[in-house]
Amino acid sequence: MDQQLIQQCGDELFDAMQKRITLKPFSERFPEITVEDAYHISLRMIERRVAAGEKIIGKKIGVTSKAVQNMLKVHQPDFGFLTDKMAYSQGQQMPISEQLIQPKAEGEIAFILKKDLLGPGLTNADILAATEAVLPCFEVVDSRIENWQIKIQDTVADNASCGLFVLGDKAVNPRRLDLATCGMVVEKNGAIISTGAGAAALGSPVNCVTWLANTLGQFGIPLKAGEVILSGSLVPLEPVQAGDFMSVTIGGIGCASVRFV
Amino acid sequence: MVEAYENQLTQTQIAELAAHCEQAELEAYEITKITDDFPQMSYKDAFDIQWEMRRRKVSRGHKIVGMKMGLTSWAKMAQMGVEHPCYGFLADYFSVPDGGEIRHDALIHPKIEAELAFVLKKELKGPGVHIGDVLSATDFVMPAVEVIDSRYKDFKFDLKSVIADNSSSSRFITGGRMAEVADVDLKHIGVVMEINGEVVQTGAGAAVLGHPAASVAMLANMLAERGEHLAAGSFIMIGAITAAVQVNKGDTFSVRYQGLGSISGKFV
Repeated sequence: MDQQLIQQCGDELFDAMQKRITLKPFSERFPEITVEDAYHISLRMIERRVAAGEKIIGKKIGVTSKAVQNMLKVHQPDFGFLTDKMAYSQGQQMPISEQLIQPKAEGEIAFILKKDLLGPGLTNADILAATEAVLPCFEVVDSRIENWQIKIQDTVADNASCGLFVLGDKAVNPRRLDLATCGMVVEKNGAIISTGAGAAALGSPVNCVTWLANTLGQFGIPLKAGEVILSGSLVPLEPVQAGDFMSVTIGGIGCASVRFV
Repeated sequence: MVEAYENQLTQTQIAELAAHCEQAELEAYEITKITDDFPQMSYKDAFDIQWEMRRRKVSRGHKIVGMKMGLTSWAKMAQMGVEHPCYGFLADYFSVPDGGEIRHDALIHPKIEAELAFVLKKELKGPGVHIGDVLSATDFVMPAVEVIDSRYKDFKFDLKSVIADNSSSSRFITGGRMAEVADVDLKHIGVVMEINGEVVQTGAGAAVLGHPAASVAMLANMLAERGEHLAAGSFIMIGAITAAVQVNKGDTFSVRYQGLGSISGKFV
């Protein structure tokens, strides 16, 4: 794809997000689109968001489960950028009906870094040594692509289908945890709808962050001290609508809950 | 179970069906589900068949070493179209040591499930047993893996048939680290199942009836329907935290438990 088309696609995604409309999949309209093109589109979209006053506060890793990788026919995760406008606090109402199009919630472990990390060549030990704390998190993903009919290029271009997120109010030192076996219980409107454990994301949430740091490192981009890194869902995605209440509890870490309006 | 707790089959039919189901277990062959031939079978009949099978084993010198709950996850009940969990018994020869080998040929179409086991220090007598009773009566909890092996063709059954088949019990492995219930967050404890080194299932304790201890309470209450109880020292497996996963000859498995170590084994 040429620079002009990449810019046009990024702008279309930005407009779609603002107007809450969906687009036909890029992978259908431009069959030649590569994953690299898609990342350039996502950079254009985030550039527009930053120009509109948003601040980048972290990154998210997506496509971390075997099931989603098989569905999208890829063997690696993807990533997107988090901005301050996406972040909500425990107990706050999340206005999905005003801000999102076709939201789905997923339970994750969030990492807060205390040191910069620049790959490649980083190991899990480097990631853990640079992690200040881990927190329970709900990421509410959304797609600007019609009916979530995404191929990997579509979700990468669309900022890894990032929507909004809420962090729990308890942060735990990862030195006290075995993140691969941490259990997760997700409840929706009072019913337990799914359970999982850390290993559901690439064998361990730490593997996900290591992948991200090494992948971004190839382009000279560091993960920075203070950034929030969402490490990928440990449970199946759950569609949500205004009026729903959800909570996620992670063994040894704590709980995040969110009321959707 | 809304139907009356009474027999529809004769004692002779019950004895014959127990022998029929047990023979399929011992010789590892598939049978059609028994409600196909006895559609009038009641829940009491189904449990009577299971208890007759138990009596047969004891009379041959086997020891009953514990109890297990089955179909305890909401997902599994929905999948099998049943509204209630069931129980079965564990005979001495079902036990396999941690890291041990399980003969695949001795089974029909085995699947493995990640579970937890409770060992009681006080008896539990229903009805009316609740989670608090279970926690206060528990000596310790420990990791457990169950190998289930329905004797029914293609693992397809209804609730009555599976009860008569000792709730698909076949083998179990315990291991890892024991813990006091006060030291474990049983609802949120995570488990990770790997087969041949690949993560195939993850889950947390709440997958079992919302809390693992709820499963033990339900067992005590179900046993009370027959005037039975759980004695001090009882070993009880709570039912699957993860989906059951099919295993083949040559497969190795390992299940890790948050804070409680792991269990492994091999199908040979």
